[in-house]
Amino acid sequence: MALDVFRIRDFEVRNRLFVGTGKYASYEVMQRALESSGCHVVTVAVRRERLVDKEGRSLLDYLDLNKYVILPNTAGCFSAEDAIRVSLLGRDLLEKQGNRGAGWVKLEVLGDKKTLLPDPVGTLEATRELVKEGFTVLCYTSDDPIAARRLKEAGAASVMPAGSPIGSGQGILNPLNISLCLETLKEGDPHYPVIVDAGVGTASDVSIAMELGADGVLLNTGIAHAKDPVKMAEAMKLALESGRLSYQAGRIPKKRYATASSPFEGVISYIPGE
Amino acid sequence: MTVKVNGDEREVPEGETVRALVARFKLVPEKVAIELNRRLVRSSQYDATLSHGDELEIVTFVGGG
Repeated sequence: MALDVFRIRDFEVRNRLFVGTGKYASYEVMQRALESSGCHVVTVAVRRERLVDKEGRSLLDYLDLNKYVILPNTAGCFSAEDAIRVSLLGRDLLEKQGNRGAGWVKLEVLGDKKTLLPDPVGTLEATRELVKEGFTVLCYTSDDPIAARRLKEAGAASVMPAGSPIGSGQGILNPLNISLCLETLKEGDPHYPVIVDAGVGTASDVSIAMELGADGVLLNTGIAHAKDPVKMAEAMKLALESGRLSYQAGRIPKKRYATASSPFEGVISYIPGE
Repeated sequence: MTVKVNGDEREVPEGETVRALVARFKLVPEKVAIELNRRLVRSSQYDATLSHGDELEIVTFVGGG
């Protein structure tokens, strides 16, 4: 079953799973995993070109730029100023490549290297500046619903709360906060896109995020470091579809006691207590 | 004269342009983005000449999440 169309401003995203390109054993494994995930958007990082010992292989040679929309990130930036510099460099590169991704950025302004948790103040400052620069800003943030609302008010095109720390594989640690983020961001604006970004360890984490009502999931390590990244990529794809369909179908409320699926009327057995 | 490229000091001839520097490292201009003294240099400005002490960053895409 084809899932419903997903939009972030004027970007039409054909698959709700956003997949990172980092940490694969080889570019060939990455290519096969991306293919298997069914993703349309892939994230990349901006780094210094290696001027010596360059082995000649470049990520750009292994990504089909006619097929994928590239979403450059500002990973590794610890200040709004550096995140803005990196955003401008990423946009310039994608303009040269003629890729649709030139208009957007996955903003990360990190607080420290140990937790890789976002610096909320720096993220907010950078969002304001990048919006002024004309970027469609997709904001990595914590699962704090108030911070999420502030980022939306600052002009973020999508707010992307973390399920748990980047690369931790701990899944959705606080489903309540993710659902509060969704509630506040979508209040009176049901199509506002919210993507759960970071922390996914296994397929069920993706389903949980989608069942909560997220519009998409962004992940990298969960696929790249799986024993079989290509198979895990497919699992993530299926989990995303399951979660989305389940959300749309509407789950039953949780009850304290059992409700029989077979009728009691006509039973021939002794029922305790009756 | 000396310029700093990606954190390392390098000797380049007087009058070196951004474009010549990129060629010196055998890079394809379309596959890199360049900052001169922390400001983006667009392709249309690659014929700008460098000055002693300039700091450049030449970046590209790598795998990331």
